[in-house]
Amino acid sequence: MLPCTGRIEESLLLKAFENGADGVMVIGCLEGDCHYVSGNIRAKSRVKRVYSILEQIHIGPERIRMYNLSAGEGAKFAAFANEFVDKVAELGPSPINLVRANCTKKAPEEEAI
Amino acid sequence: MITGTPKPIDEILEMVEPYNNIVVAGCHGCVTVCRVGGHKEVEVLSSTLRLAREAAGNKIEINEVSLERQCDPEYVESMRPYVEDYQAVLSIACGAGIQFLAEKFGNTPILPGINTGFLGVTERQGEWAERCQGCGDCVLHLTGGICPVTRCAKQLFHGPCGGSTAGICEVSKDVQCGWQLIIDRLKALDQMDNYTKLKPYKAWDRSRDGGPRRIIREDMI
Repeated sequence: MLPCTGRIEESLLLKAFENGADGVMVIGCLEGDCHYVSGNIRAKSRVKRVYSILEQIHIGPERIRMYNLSAGEGAKFAAFANEFVDKVAELGPSPINLVRANCTKKAPEEEAI
Repeated sequence: MITGTPKPIDEILEMVEPYNNIVVAGCHGCVTVCRVGGHKEVEVLSSTLRLAREAAGNKIEINEVSLERQCDPEYVESMRPYVEDYQAVLSIACGAGIQFLAEKFGNTPILPGINTGFLGVTERQGEWAERCQGCGDCVLHLTGGICPVTRCAKQLFHGPCGGSTAGICEVSKDVQCGWQLIIDRLKALDQMDNYTKLKPYKAWDRSRDGGPRRIIREDMI
């Protein structure tokens, strides 16, 4: 939990993928409503840069997305979360997780040999 | 500051392809300010490389370090105790820093992670512009603080030339005529007499013409 999306660094977003996330959803306040003036705008450009990195290394840029909503929009939050989860489910596991899954599958066979 | 731009990730991946154990080394100097080679960029590049390599089934281990400056021996030496434990160092400092690492650590391949640009200024967030070419014979006191070597595409000392139209240089509509800027500035400063004080020939031997330059300050040795 962060007090403001402006605190999110690109490295933190990439770390989530390194730690096994199939998708990362960043939710910030509505544009123009940032308590810290421009935190969500900064987050938007950082998410954009990570999008570009994921695209370049073929991890799948759609695996990261930023949404904006206010703290009072619970229903909207749920709808965004469901939408993103459905999207990530459609994309399937990230290439990192596929490689990791293959490695763990192979391990018992190798032991048997 | 010395500016730079990140190398394309594919180019970096190709460079580090033979290695599975490297150091990614940043610098807290100029490249931190121009957001290309500081500690944050070390973290982002390292994560990017780890993700790309693991996805390709060829994992890479990375030691992330950032030196205060890669162009000063006392900071570079701090890497000596461990540098040979790694197969290569990917430096995202400027070309000077990268070469200094290569000089100091002769047994380790040192790879460039950025393309070094120019001596420039930050015009706004994310935009840098060249201001100095380090020609070794500064005339800014005569030119209203605007450098003819850098700002004039022909490096003229008696501009503007015929390629200047309405303050724009013929090389591009996005390039202001350096000499028009100088004239405007001299007029604003009421220093147009400086225009006639310019030396007829510039001492280019203090520039790059004699090969790599060296400054020796006897008073500081």
